[in-house]
Amino acid sequence: MGGLSELVGGFYTAVTPINLLYALIGVLLGTAIGVLPGIGPAMAIALLLPLTYGIDDPVSAFIMFAGIYYGGMYGGSTTSILLNTPGESASIVTAIEGNKMAKRGRAAQALATAAIGSFIAGTIGTLLVALLAPGIARLAVQLGSPDYFAVMVLAFVAVTSILGASRVRGFASLLIGLTIGLVGIDLGVSGQQRLTFGIPQLADGIDVIVVAVGLFAVGEALWVAAHLRRQTASLISTGRVRMERADWARSWKPWLRGTALGFPFGAVPAGGAELPTFLSYVTEKKLSKHPEEFGHGAIEGVAGPEATNNASAAGGLVPLLTLGLPTTATAAVLLAAFQQYGIQPGPRLLENEPKLVWGLLASLLIGNAILLVLNLPLAPMWAKLLHIPRPYLYAGILFFACLGAYAVNASTVDLILLFLIGVVGFVMRRYGLPVVPAIIGVILGPRAEVQMRRALQISDGDLSGLFNTTFSVTVYAVIAVLVLWPLVNRFVVRPRRQRRAPDGAERWPAADALPGEPAQDGERVWSVPEARTGDDATVDAPAARPLDSASLPDEPDPRQQEKP
Amino acid sequence: MTIVVGYVPKPEGRAAVRRGVAEALLRQEDLLVVNAARGDSYADAGFAPEEELAAVRAELERSGVRAEVRQLVRGVDPADEIMQAAATAAAKLIVIGIRHRTPVGKLILGSTAQRVLLEAGCPVLAVKAESEPA
Repeated sequence: MGGLSELVGGFYTAVTPINLLYALIGVLLGTAIGVLPGIGPAMAIALLLPLTYGIDDPVSAFIMFAGIYYGGMYGGSTTSILLNTPGESASIVTAIEGNKMAKRGRAAQALATAAIGSFIAGTIGTLLVALLAPGIARLAVQLGSPDYFAVMVLAFVAVTSILGASRVRGFASLLIGLTIGLVGIDLGVSGQQRLTFGIPQLADGIDVIVVAVGLFAVGEALWVAAHLRRQTASLISTGRVRMERADWARSWKPWLRGTALGFPFGAVPAGGAELPTFLSYVTEKKLSKHPEEFGHGAIEGVAGPEATNNASAAGGLVPLLTLGLPTTATAAVLLAAFQQYGIQPGPRLLENEPKLVWGLLASLLIGNAILLVLNLPLAPMWAKLLHIPRPYLYAGILFFACLGAYAVNASTVDLILLFLIGVVGFVMRRYGLPVVPAIIGVILGPRAEVQMRRALQISDGDLSGLFNTTFSVTVYAVIAVLVLWPLVNRFVVRPRRQRRAPDGAERWPAADALPGEPAQDGERVWSVPEARTGDDATVDAPAARPLDSASLPDEPDPRQQEKP
Repeated sequence: MTIVVGYVPKPEGRAAVRRGVAEALLRQEDLLVVNAARGDSYADAGFAPEEELAAVRAELERSGVRAEVRQLVRGVDPADEIMQAAATAAAKLIVIGIRHRTPVGKLILGSTAQRVLLEAGCPVLAVKAESEPA
């Protein structure tokens, strides 16, 4: 229980008037940006990171991030419920029941159960991080280079193959990221310039922020500009946000179950928020006393998945803080933010920067509370942002993106890079490549390289040096399972499943339920503009589902995932 | 010869439809109900969802007026859409709903009703939402 007393110490760091102000600003900005469809918390943090450059104290900066983070998550669920356009992939499931509730005039209750569920899950999740992180960090210290390399390979494989709809596209995206990560002087051994093309400014490598903002923000803005369709939707108006007794009674169990489901998924490298939110939805549907309401606005279907996605976000902090391993786009951008402040996340982070870590965890709790107090009454106001014409919105985003990219090094080369990478991001969206693996590749690639080289140096270049520990062999076995799973699924599991009536079609909002152009086939799932988001790979999986409901895509069946 | 109604899914819009029906019955004219939105924002308060349009169609059906409902989302200002529809149909009358606007709201969003009132090529009948019982 040692973590908790240190967490209390974290509150001493975090609770100062100025830090509370930063938390407040973070929550406001994060929600404002998170409300926009196609923009999730990862992009919000990437865009707003430069704002914190003026803040000297990293604790204050991270408190602001915590606010942005939770604000972005909550903004996403607001749009899901009121407009049926998930702002980020983790709230796709929320849109299913949430929007139906809103259409039945229960938008206020849907928003409330989402907000309170997020708050509860975020709080429990953060406390769990405080409890678990020190222990895992102690274990992590004993891990050697081969182990780290194995875990990173696992993260690569997991992010690209479990989450996306198409493995090939996922790996293609990962390779783009790894290649961008290679640019610059080889700091490890040789000092060689790699992929710099003789441009001196590239010798330092491309700043992660430039890559993240380029792929997410500029890519998204170009995409929206290229598809500026004349289409709109009617925003569902809400009254005062409050819940009745029956709503509480039906919500609290899904909140807790969602938390229990989301946290472990977030905490393992292969997790993410999409699979557990989907699982939570299915679970609640099964356990509900009102299963007939599902598909017509069941409050459990909002409460469960919303709690799940926040718990999973909190769980994601465990590998980030203890191993320096980001498992989601948001965590990856947070990692970049750490590095921006010269902080190396990893097993020693808790020892070296206890003030920062506990301050961060405390500020997550504070940000969460501020969000609840602030956004419950303000949710309908945030939704009004959606009335702003898209050209203005994205012009504003591009402005922020340029500002951020320029602020990193005050270099025009960065601006040119930003737009080149933005074009890459646009092309990736056009051809259905998920963006997240690329970001993970950029951030984790160089770190994986260092670990791999270290392992090989220790073993004197012998390849067995990469898998000479039990831990690494175990991890590689898991990777093998991940890679081989689709084959098993195709030849063993799927033939059996097909004999049953496919019920998958019911579970996801049909593509035409989203106010976007329905995707024509698996090739073009990313052309469903509102279902696709910039920040997480998996978003195309649900969108692909209704098109391919009889033979589920090679994504693992969640029910089978439950067993291990 | 037609009467054009500018419809929005709000009380003043419903009042306009009701008034348009009454006028059409009185003058024995056809009715053309237009719901227009620019469509360049994610959400638009003037855009009528399918349920609302269905309700309007049902109401028109009951009234027995020969009527058409048109939803136009093509990046054109609603005022222009209404006036253009009136011009092509050689409408005798345009019916629109009006309401109070805050000065700030007018500054930012402009006023569709005002443009139609001032610029339309035929008489414009402006009705207020107050006439609606609910």
